[in-house]
Amino acid sequence: MEPTKTSGTEYFHRVVDCQWACPAHTDVPEYIRLIAQGRFSDAYMLNRVSNVFPGILGRVCDRPCEPACRRVRVEDEPVAICRLKRVAADNRGDIRDRLPKAAEQKNGKRIALIGAGCASLTVVNDLLPLGYECVIYEALDKHGGLMRTNIPSFRLPATVLDEEMDYIIDMGADLRLGTPVESMKRLLAEGYDAIFVGSGAPKGKNLDLPGRLDSDRIHIGIQWLESVAFEHVDSIGENVLIIGVGNTAMDCCRTSLRLGAKNVKVMARKPRKFFKASDWELEDAEEELVEIVVNYSPKAFVMEAGKLVGMTFEKMEYDLDDDGNIADTRVVAEEFFACDDVVLAIGQENAFPWIERDIGIQFDQWEVPVVDPVTFEATLPGVFFGGDAAFGPKNIIWAVEHGHQAAISIHKYCQAQSLTDRLPRGVNLQSAKMGMHEWSYSNDYDPTARRMMPSVDLKERFKKLNIEVELGFSVEQIVKEVERCLNCDLQTVFFADLCIECDACIDVCPVDCLTITANEDEQTLKNNLKSPLLNPDQPLYVSASLKQTGRVMVKDENLCVHCGLCAERCPTAAWDMQKSTVNIPYAIDEMVQDEARCLENQKTG
Amino acid sequence: MTYIAKPRIVHGGLTRNALGLTIRDYEGGMSTLCAGCGHDSVTAAIVQAFFELDIPPHRVAKMSGIGCSSKTPAYFLGASHGFNAVHGRMPSVATGASVANRELYLLGVSGDGDSLSIGLGQFAHAIRRNLNMVYVLENNGVYGLTKGQFSASADVGSKARKGEVNEQQPIDPVQMAMAQGGTFVARSFSGDKEQLVPLLKAAIKHQGFALVDVISPCVTFNDHEDSTKSYSYTRQFFHRAVHLDYVPPLEEIKVAYDEGEVMPIELHDGSRILLRKLSKDYSFTNRGAALDYIRSHQRKGEIVTGLLYIDESEPDLHGINHTTTAPLCNLDFETLCPGSQALATLQQRFR
Repeated sequence: MEPTKTSGTEYFHRVVDCQWACPAHTDVPEYIRLIAQGRFSDAYMLNRVSNVFPGILGRVCDRPCEPACRRVRVEDEPVAICRLKRVAADNRGDIRDRLPKAAEQKNGKRIALIGAGCASLTVVNDLLPLGYECVIYEALDKHGGLMRTNIPSFRLPATVLDEEMDYIIDMGADLRLGTPVESMKRLLAEGYDAIFVGSGAPKGKNLDLPGRLDSDRIHIGIQWLESVAFEHVDSIGENVLIIGVGNTAMDCCRTSLRLGAKNVKVMARKPRKFFKASDWELEDAEEELVEIVVNYSPKAFVMEAGKLVGMTFEKMEYDLDDDGNIADTRVVAEEFFACDDVVLAIGQENAFPWIERDIGIQFDQWEVPVVDPVTFEATLPGVFFGGDAAFGPKNIIWAVEHGHQAAISIHKYCQAQSLTDRLPRGVNLQSAKMGMHEWSYSNDYDPTARRMMPSVDLKERFKKLNIEVELGFSVEQIVKEVERCLNCDLQTVFFADLCIECDACIDVCPVDCLTITANEDEQTLKNNLKSPLLNPDQPLYVSASLKQTGRVMVKDENLCVHCGLCAERCPTAAWDMQKSTVNIPYAIDEMVQDEARCLENQKTG
Repeated sequence: MTYIAKPRIVHGGLTRNALGLTIRDYEGGMSTLCAGCGHDSVTAAIVQAFFELDIPPHRVAKMSGIGCSSKTPAYFLGASHGFNAVHGRMPSVATGASVANRELYLLGVSGDGDSLSIGLGQFAHAIRRNLNMVYVLENNGVYGLTKGQFSASADVGSKARKGEVNEQQPIDPVQMAMAQGGTFVARSFSGDKEQLVPLLKAAIKHQGFALVDVISPCVTFNDHEDSTKSYSYTRQFFHRAVHLDYVPPLEEIKVAYDEGEVMPIELHDGSRILLRKLSKDYSFTNRGAALDYIRSHQRKGEIVTGLLYIDESEPDLHGINHTTTAPLCNLDFETLCPGSQALATLQQRFR
């Protein structure tokens, strides 16, 4: 094989699995190190650069980083990345003077944003400092979008939500609450320089079964949660059935328990491994004694004397094939479950009844707008989509990343530049060697298990709807949990010309991830590794030919725990631990680049 | 060295041997040798050999004397017995251990100073007795622990780090063992585990004295230009005379071989080694011819490696002395201590 090209932006970024998995590429290992040093405000600000809402996301993020975490390759549980983010938010000092500020001199461009949720607010966060004027149209009387309406307050307190959103609004956004946009055509006519649609996926799916329209005790999950959030609903019957087993279903069942339900069942059509809800959300619901009933497919709502008394279900049986996929389905019985209320939590979609279909914004066959996945521009130039409005329901962290990218596009559009000619990502490397056996990070592997999140006791938490269940980590827990991070951004960098092939690194490596072997094609190298290859998708780190024998050093990045023992053991410093920093460009970087170009032109011109 | 111990991490690629142990169960404490020391690689090879042979660590006794090499038993087989003897006297203590418990695997680790200077007499007699042990001689041509003076194995013309030239003739442990009637004589290199690990496995299974001379560069005092025991010199003049494959008992020999080219030798426990000549004019069963071959290549500056001589027919110390077949600790009290009458009878025989 040719030596691995590590000079590009991708190779070392991929090694930092959490940062690679995060849609917004939050620099996780660095903020965990800052927390370890007690620099909570710095950790908060580092988070804010990429994910904008650390306090919110530290409570309710869908955490794509955690399943990716390297820690699960050496033990069961990943680092509590998400809850450490909350640690940074909870313990930060007053950071208001470190927040971005709106440019004093406006650039004369006006942007309209539809929906005051996480996507739109991210765009505003990125564009106000550049001198744009941002007008946000929000249909409801409060801003926050699904973060306020769909996420119950016992998971995300309103104070946390308001504080982080107000950091952006207070910068100088023109927020117009209770102002739904009823016609895109009219909005276009108002002469904005660009329009961003961040209206979410506000339409809950319905279940059209017999009896659906015969009772007012059958609710659509997200609408019902919204009514609860705005205090239009404050009670529910004793026996509740939740249909569906996604994260919204988990919010619905736990909310029911706080509104007076005594017996809540979540009805799942398929076995547990097919559930859409995240494992931790299922655990939280089951801890509150919600019963999850599997293999029941809803058939009909049952009324007696005009009142909902329960539902009938078909009991299902499934045959699984060798890959664990469903090969065959059978109905084996029909069963009745009594209830007072039913909540339908079977999915949601975006809906655009207010966008006229004749103005150049194309929709596909499923009524989803056609949006460019890089620029987030719709088929009508100057109109951008982001968040759930763009590609259907995802998560807050995706919406934030959409917002960042859309902000770059909007800036480029307003400056009449090519939308696709964007600044590339970069990776910086800097040696972490401080002296003999001294590295600028805690490299001693800590076998501590994941800390358990302390929570409010099981009686106390149901007394009020807005008692936050999770208490946050204690100091002792923080100190332990931060040491679990393997510092994946401390890269092992190899200099082939220095190696004397003494095998010291290979002998000391605790996970057998290094091999010195004759250079062969990729497959042969993969077969000849000291420890068998477990993740064929991770590229190998192959060195140039070694001086003494012409063999090559091969590293399986998948196994490495970044303990740095190879570099400590190497007598010639052929291995070095180097801290990688992934540079993600934002709208402001594009503007800085523009200014640099301007200066350059003035000089040469 | 490093101040951080190699952490115990159970990762997905870790395999278990027939005893259900991982290779990590055969490791010892953290090495305090210089980073890059050849001895650490020999340690890793020993760990691998015992792991792959499924030998329970508590059935092994590690014996050593004094020197960098003699420190290494602390770094492998943490669950084994061990004895760190006085300088050069390890073979005597090993003899005692073997006499007391013939069922233990005896593994001696020594160096060129411990074996070829202060302990040369002990070394020669252990070979002569055909003591049933593996004797690993970690050979780097210098006294590393006392800052790099030439040892008895330094070659003529080899330069020390500060420039002095060695003018005394070296003692070659391999040639000495051949001349003393050694029954298993091998040489290898710390930087070549593919050769070293099978050699160690065969040595462990050999009934009798098994010398494995390992060129193990001293990264601090003898790894410079003009050294003849450096990593680069050894790689350049490394001469493989014999290739060895170790085949465990009951396992079928899968490779096809031509008569004369590959020789299978059955060891005492039923395991076999397959020896393949890499050089046509080498003979690993003719002591005189093998010695000539080693000498002629030595004159060219080449280091002949592999299993250079083997003889499975000679009796070991227990065979020569007709000792009891059971370890002393397994004998009942009456047999071990038959009383004053038996002692009187014995003494009578010598009058």
